[in-house]
Amino acid sequence: MDTVFGIQFKGGVVLAADQSNARSILVYQNNLDKVKQLSSHSAMGVSGPNADLVNFTEYIAKNLALYELANDGTKLSTKAQANFCRNELAVALRKGPYQVNLLLGGYDEKEMTGSLYFLDYMASLQKVPYGSQGYASSFCLSIMDKEYKEGLSESDALLIVEHSIKEIATRFLINQPNFMIKIIDKDGVRVHSFGADPAET
Amino acid sequence: MSILEYNGAAMIAMAGKDCVGIAADRRLGIQAQTVSTDFTKVFKMNDNIHVGLGGLATDVQTLHNVLKFRMGLYELREEREMTPQVFSHLLSTLLYEKRFGPYFVEPIVAGLDDKNKPFLSSMDLIGAPVQTKDFVVSGTCTGNLYGMCETLYKPDLEADALFETLAQALLASVDRDALSGWGGVVHIITKDGVTTRELKGRQD
Repeated sequence: MDTVFGIQFKGGVVLAADQSNARSILVYQNNLDKVKQLSSHSAMGVSGPNADLVNFTEYIAKNLALYELANDGTKLSTKAQANFCRNELAVALRKGPYQVNLLLGGYDEKEMTGSLYFLDYMASLQKVPYGSQGYASSFCLSIMDKEYKEGLSESDALLIVEHSIKEIATRFLINQPNFMIKIIDKDGVRVHSFGADPAET
Repeated sequence: MSILEYNGAAMIAMAGKDCVGIAADRRLGIQAQTVSTDFTKVFKMNDNIHVGLGGLATDVQTLHNVLKFRMGLYELREEREMTPQVFSHLLSTLLYEKRFGPYFVEPIVAGLDDKNKPFLSSMDLIGAPVQTKDFVVSGTCTGNLYGMCETLYKPDLEADALFETLAQALLASVDRDALSGWGGVVHIITKDGVTTRELKGRQD
């Protein structure tokens, strides 16, 4: 039921996710942050059960931190991080799969550009200019297909995000009143806006 | 819904005069939905071998990594390049090792052997190999692909004619399959090198 989507723009990536934590007919929480920071310049929007969301993202984030500590501060590129995640998911797939569908976004100093990776729970990895996970795809993908242009600005990307959220609010059966939107650019990962403050738990 | 049809694929490899060609579509889907239109399914393993991996996308990527690793090991040990026959056999063994929990991939191998003669092989998901002299196909529209290849194929085509034949066979086949298409890529391998061309087809 989670809504996660992201768009690459000139100089970074924007990631958006709903903030509902629900199972069956019950909503546990409406200020959950599903866009988890991985490193200084990367984050991933996660769709799936809360247990796998937390366990997987923490496992990846801490392993990335360990890599930097063990390798004299060398940072992994977004591509490398995405492939690391893919490998972990692929190995777990036939043992005890993480049921998480991800959109991994990051900014690379060297190329001075953002990149976005679609990674589903079966570990199929694909670099995309924009993408979404879950039921949101039925509503958002066509909007993004129409409005996305290569090299679009941050403000244009945010307009598309707004447009997508509006569409979901209008047409999606499940009520998702709050959305967390984060931007990743040369200055790192920052919260652009949220519907409800996750810190208030 | 078969697991081999979850992501969608279409690929052909054909033999020509002292050359081989391998072509595949570009779609990555999740059942009915298209996720990407530039998903790579054909991989260059070395100057003489290309492998097309069609099936479940995660296994396509895992198998590619495993093959790259095994090829690297071979080259370090043997201090020479792998031939397509050896590669094909390696792939077959790899797949059978997972006999009771297989990789959901049905690969095709296209290459030039050490005498620069075309080599083609294909196998099922548990590694049962088949070697042919004319063409091999794999994917979600094999019926269409076989029909097109049988009709258009002629032996001993030169590189340019082989490209045309491969391109037409692939495009016509994927147009009648919902799960494959959204563009194509064709690699023509000769002793002088590999020429890669992208195909513009129906984007639906």
